[in-house]
Amino acid sequence: MLSSTAKNLYWMGRYLQRAKSTARLIEATQRMALQSRGEEAAGVALIFGMEDEFRQQQQQSSGRLPSLIDFLVIDENNPSSLVSSIGAARRNAREERNNITVDVWESLNGLWLELSERLRGNRALLDRGALIESVKKQAVMIFGAAQVTLLRDEAYNFLQLGAFLERADNTARILDVKFHVLRPDGSPHAQELDYFAWSEVLACIGAVRTYRRIYRSALDPTKVAELMMLRRDVPRSVHHCLRMVDLSMRELAEAYGARGEADRLAGELHARLRYTRIDQVFEMGLNKFLGGVRGNIATLSDEIGRQFLLD
Amino acid sequence: MSSSADARDPSVGVRRRHLPSFAGEESLRFVGPSIAYIVIRQGVKCRMASKAFDEMNSGAADAVRAPYRAVANWLAQTSPEKVAATRHEVDVFYRRHGITFGAYGAVDGAESTIPFDIIPRVIAWDEWEHLHKGLVQRVRALNAFLADAYGEREICRAGVIPEQQVLMNAEFVAMAQGLELPGGVHAHIAGIDLVRVGEKDFYVLEDNVRTPSGVSYVLENREVMMRLAPELFSAMRVLPVADYTEELLATLRSVSFSDDAEPNVVLLTPGHYNSAYFEHAFLADEMGIELVKGSDLFVDEGRVYMRTPRGPQRVDVIYRRVDDGFLDPLAMRPDSFLGVAGLLGALRAGRVNIVNALGNGVADDKSTYTYVPEMVRFYLGDEPILANVPTWRCDRADDFKYVLDRLPELVVKEIHGSGGKGMLVGPTSSKAEIEEFTTLLKARPDNYIAQPTLALSTCPTFVGQGVAPRHVDLRPFVLSGRKTTIIPGGLTRVALKEGSLVVNSSQGGGTKDTWVLAPGVAASD
Repeated sequence: MLSSTAKNLYWMGRYLQRAKSTARLIEATQRMALQSRGEEAAGVALIFGMEDEFRQQQQQSSGRLPSLIDFLVIDENNPSSLVSSIGAARRNAREERNNITVDVWESLNGLWLELSERLRGNRALLDRGALIESVKKQAVMIFGAAQVTLLRDEAYNFLQLGAFLERADNTARILDVKFHVLRPDGSPHAQELDYFAWSEVLACIGAVRTYRRIYRSALDPTKVAELMMLRRDVPRSVHHCLRMVDLSMRELAEAYGARGEADRLAGELHARLRYTRIDQVFEMGLNKFLGGVRGNIATLSDEIGRQFLLD
Repeated sequence: MSSSADARDPSVGVRRRHLPSFAGEESLRFVGPSIAYIVIRQGVKCRMASKAFDEMNSGAADAVRAPYRAVANWLAQTSPEKVAATRHEVDVFYRRHGITFGAYGAVDGAESTIPFDIIPRVIAWDEWEHLHKGLVQRVRALNAFLADAYGEREICRAGVIPEQQVLMNAEFVAMAQGLELPGGVHAHIAGIDLVRVGEKDFYVLEDNVRTPSGVSYVLENREVMMRLAPELFSAMRVLPVADYTEELLATLRSVSFSDDAEPNVVLLTPGHYNSAYFEHAFLADEMGIELVKGSDLFVDEGRVYMRTPRGPQRVDVIYRRVDDGFLDPLAMRPDSFLGVAGLLGALRAGRVNIVNALGNGVADDKSTYTYVPEMVRFYLGDEPILANVPTWRCDRADDFKYVLDRLPELVVKEIHGSGGKGMLVGPTSSKAEIEEFTTLLKARPDNYIAQPTLALSTCPTFVGQGVAPRHVDLRPFVLSGRKTTIIPGGLTRVALKEGSLVVNSSQGGGTKDTWVLAPGVAASD
């Protein structure tokens, strides 16, 4: 397999996951806006690390949330918008048509064609909700096609690496920002609990029911943080994602008969999420802990590029 | 998968494969006009045909020809609604598979599919047998010529082809001189464009021995047809084409310099902006080889390697779909980002083979074309089985005078032109256009050739309101390695506009599945 193939699959995984996370986040934010306050737009921009871009873009438009949503959904100048991410994932896939299955390609290409078709019409009449829903649903199908049809070889592991690193980062980012907004002092102990806000945080990773199922108790910020970070059995938790990253790294090391800094880092990150208790996290400060994890995820991504000649 | 028909016909001595090709690097060509008549050279014979030969309906007394009987029945029995639904299904199928054709340099995403017509083009076994023999012969001669052109040039010394025809050719690559290629093969993959003007009259319109494309459409069209009309396949026995890629891989492996039992073969593509990118990916996938871009390869100590996550891996054979000029920025165009620095050095050192060979353009331009029948006689000592379209060379005074006198009935083409550019179609041009072209022609007669306006055969084709005859051509693909292989049939391109002779996909051309029938059904009763 070529290094350029590894790179394309890695980024296909990242972009596709980014689109999926974004779609979910927008839906949660819209619901939240229907039931409460008014700062959600800025908060969401924060999650994407795009406060500046959003502010700039805000100056040219009037509505707050709707304009943010367009920015996140259909703005082709925003490289992280849904449309841009799907376009990028499809470009990566198109270059690797011979390294993915027909099922994966068809489902991704089908989504891209559908988005192009929707965008061709009058933008004012565009049904944003349907578009977001489509991305969410079909991203699941594309990943499903990958699960069911891809050969478990190097290529598959690079796709997994991209998808799970991105997902780990997305979840960490959402938790970090939302916690900061809802608990500026960083304390998990509530004066008054904003039930809706916390359930929307869970909704961002699609885990409201999961929470009920695991804890069978009222919403508690500490438990929300634990679920999103440390639970190994929650598929979008940082722990689960980094475990999958570590697993793929190990499979690659086995195939290539060599290990490097990226392997060490993946193992170290996985272990940290696995063996840290939630009270230790709050002792240290949630913000500091997540900052460290996210920093290491970024370093790991760089190291993967170096180690496998992806750059 | 070997067709059993092969076994029944030992006389051909070569396994038959169908090798079609379609638009792409070399295929954007005008196929030549077919209007109401055909003029045979020097006016010896002038046959007036009131209309083009229709491959389905021009049987004796305007009956349906034997090879098309099952198709005609199928058409009669299928309701218009069913047809409409089927055609829609085809479009969806092609889009979802991402089989697209984008013009070079198109903005990413600006892709469209090539129209596929669901009425197959049918060729009887005896017709194909004849074509097959002719194709093998022609490609053998072309390969002999290429080896000679970059070797001793005996054909020039014998006075058959002027040396300047070779040396002064814009496509001549000096760096390829004196190279001893495995098996002496230069044109490993050849796409020979054929046209038909009558029951028994086929002509070679053009040879493509650089990077002919279109074979992926042959394979995909067949897949689609088997899905859409399985009942037709049970009504007649159609020779399969699906083993093309296996034969292609065997051909590529057979021309490695190294004696490694499993040489590493890669397909070099310019990238996904290339209009034929789909085909590159498709073929690499079917062969199970790496699809590489220039940036995936590098040369170290005279050997070519590809970059992989486990480290550099040696490459033995490169099936390149990148033009000569872009292959190696050190040796050719320095501004090329598509090639590999040092590649030609590795070729000259006998460390890597490049397929098709460098400099093949000297054998397939419109001027060299006129010498191909002579090549067959010179190298093989045989009479050509497939005829050229009669061609006048405007660099010859007699020919030039004849051409000037008859411009309104001729087609005049630029020697290195392609894609239907720089040409005059006499019968469809206005007086002013002809006069304008005359000025160009007189300025540089050596840049042009002229041919009669051929009445290309037609095939029934679905158009807006129903079924109507449309002009077609045929590009079989000939594989040459340690042996020669042709899959039965090839790519049929069809001009979808009424009366149009242009089958280029960029100009409203489409494709059809091409069926070569197993022995048993004669072409005519």
